[in-house]
Amino acid sequence: MELEKFELGATHYKESDLKEGKLLSLPWTPNLKYAWDNGVAIGRYLTELKEGRIIARKCNKCRRIMLPPRMFCELCWRPTDEWVYVQDTGRVNTFSICYVNWDASRIKKGEKPHLPAVIEIDGASPGMGILHLLGEVKPEDIKIGMRVQAVWKKPEEREGAITDILYFKPVRG
Amino acid sequence: MAYRRVAIVGAGITKFVRRAQETGKELAFQAAKMALDSCGLTMKDIECVSLGTAPDAFDGVHMKGEYLSDGSGGWRKPYMRHFVGGGTGVFAPIHGWFHVASGMFDTCLVVCSEKMSSCHPHPQGAFKTIFDHTTEQPLNPTLIWIFALEMNRYMQTYGITKEEIALVSVKNKKNAMDHPSAQLPMEITVEDVLNSEVLAWPVNRLDISPASDGAAAIVLASEHVAKRITDKPVWIDGVGWNLDTAYWATRDLAYPRYVEKAARMAYEMAGIKEPQKEIEIAEPYDPFDYKELHHMEGLLLADRGKAVEMLLDGKTQRDGDRPMCPSGGALGVGNPIAATGLMKVIEIFLQLRGEAGKRQVPGNPRCGLAQAWGDLMQVGTVVVLRR
Ligand SMILES: [Zn+2]
Repeated sequence: MELEKFELGATHYKESDLKEGKLLSLPWTPNLKYAWDNGVAIGRYLTELKEGRIIARKCNKCRRIMLPPRMFCELCWRPTDEWVYVQDTGRVNTFSICYVNWDASRIKKGEKPHLPAVIEIDGASPGMGILHLLGEVKPEDIKIGMRVQAVWKKPEEREGAITDILYFKPVRG
Repeated sequence: MAYRRVAIVGAGITKFVRRAQETGKELAFQAAKMALDSCGLTMKDIECVSLGTAPDAFDGVHMKGEYLSDGSGGWRKPYMRHFVGGGTGVFAPIHGWFHVASGMFDTCLVVCSEKMSSCHPHPQGAFKTIFDHTTEQPLNPTLIWIFALEMNRYMQTYGITKEEIALVSVKNKKNAMDHPSAQLPMEITVEDVLNSEVLAWPVNRLDISPASDGAAAIVLASEHVAKRITDKPVWIDGVGWNLDTAYWATRDLAYPRYVEKAARMAYEMAGIKEPQKEIEIAEPYDPFDYKELHHMEGLLLADRGKAVEMLLDGKTQRDGDRPMCPSGGALGVGNPIAATGLMKVIEIFLQLRGEAGKRQVPGNPRCGLAQAWGDLMQVGTVVVLRR
C-alpha cells in the first residue's frame, strides 16, 4: 500500500471561517473549580515557606534529601524518615527566557519576559531541582551554574504558597 | 517467556491539519476504515480494539475513550483506551501487541485519534494542569518552559548550538514535502528557524511541531492469520516502555533515561545487541527539533552528545546511512499527539515493505524503530519492527 493511492480525508478550515460564522460550532467554557489538599509533605513545605524557610525530607536508605518534600521515597519505595531544613540559596541548573504566557498569548510590548529556571537548592541532594523564576537579573546575564538566592515576600504578605518566594536573584560566590 | 509473533498487516491515516471539520470520531473512522481496506478486512474480522488518545482536556470530553469508541470500531468488542501523553501513539500498538501476543486474540485494530483544535483559542492553556497543582502551577507555567529548560541543559552539557539543532527542523519539514498527510511541509533554512519568533529561548517557533487534528490506525494479526492476509507482514519484534519520575526538575535533563530503559527492553526482546548497527531506520519522536537528537541518544542510536555529529554528517538524511524521521516527523507531518506516534509506526511499516513512495529510503532496510515520548516529559515507548 502506498499512502498516495488513498483518499486521506480530514478537511481543514481556517480560524477565520469559525470567527465569521461560516462553520456551525458550539462553544462552551467549562466552569470547574478545584481545591487541592496539600497533603502531609507539601502542607509542611508550604507552612515553612510562610516562615521564610525551605524544608526538605530525607530518606535514610538512599540518604537523599528531597525537594519538594515527600512522605515516601520513590526510589526506595519506603516511607521517608526525617525533616531537614535546607538553604534558600542554590544554583541555576537550566533556564529559559520566555515571551509566552501560560495560555499561549504573548507578553505585551515593554513587559519583561518570564525567566523560569530549574534551581538546585543548597543543602538538598545534588541535582534536586525545583521550578521557580529568576529576577533582578538581565536575561543576557543569566548563566547555567549561576548562584542564586531566594527573594521572599514580606512576612505579613506570605500566604503559605510557592509564590511566597517571589523569585531567585543572583548572588556572588 | 514465549509470546506469539505479532505482525502489522494494514495501515490507515488521515491528513494532519490545524483544524478539522470532522469530529474526533469521524477522523478515527476514516483512519480505521482505511487500515481495514488496505489489507482487505472488514470490522467482522477484528476481534478487539486498542484506542490511543491524549488528554481529555483538548476535546473537553471527559472519558474520551468512550466517546471515540464507536468511530474506532470498538462497539461490542473488547475495547480499551490508554493514555501516556505524547507517548500514547507508540503505546497503542504495544497495547494491541499484548492482546495478540498473549494468544487471547488473533486480530486487533489499533486506532489513535486526536483533535487539539477544540480547545480555544489554543490547547496550550490545557497544558497548564500537567504541572504540579501546588508547587508549580502558581508560577503560571507554559508547557514550552520544560522543553526550553531541557533544550538549554542539553545544549550546555554537550556544547551544541541552536544552529545545529535547527538542522533537524530543516530536514524534517523538507522530508514532509513527500508525505501526503503532511500539515507543515516546508523548504526552510537554518536562518528561517533562528529568525522565527522566539517563544521561550532557546525555543523558536520553527523549533516546534504544530498543533494538529488527525488520526491513524493499524491492523495487527497473529502469525498464522497474518500470513493469510498478506505476503508482506511487518513483525513487531520488540516492545518497551518506561516511565520516569514526575519530579521532572530532579532529573538529568540532558539525557532521557526513561527512553534508554524502554529501548533496552525492546532490544532485548528483539535480540538486538548493537542498535547502532542493527536499527537501519528510525522515527524518534520529534515534537521539538532537539528531541530527535536527545531521543537518538536515549535509544542508543548515537553516543551521548554525539547525535548532532550524525546530523551534521548527513547520516540522518533520508538518503543517509541512518535515516531519522524520513516521514517528516511531528515537525513536518504534524503533531496530533496520539496519532503522531502511530504515524511513525506506519512510516516504518511502509518503509520496511518498500511502499513509502517518494519517501522510500534506499538500501532495503530490514529493521526499524519507532519511538514516542510524553506525559510530564517522563515516558518512553518503543517498538522494533522487522520485515
Ligand atoms: Zn530512598
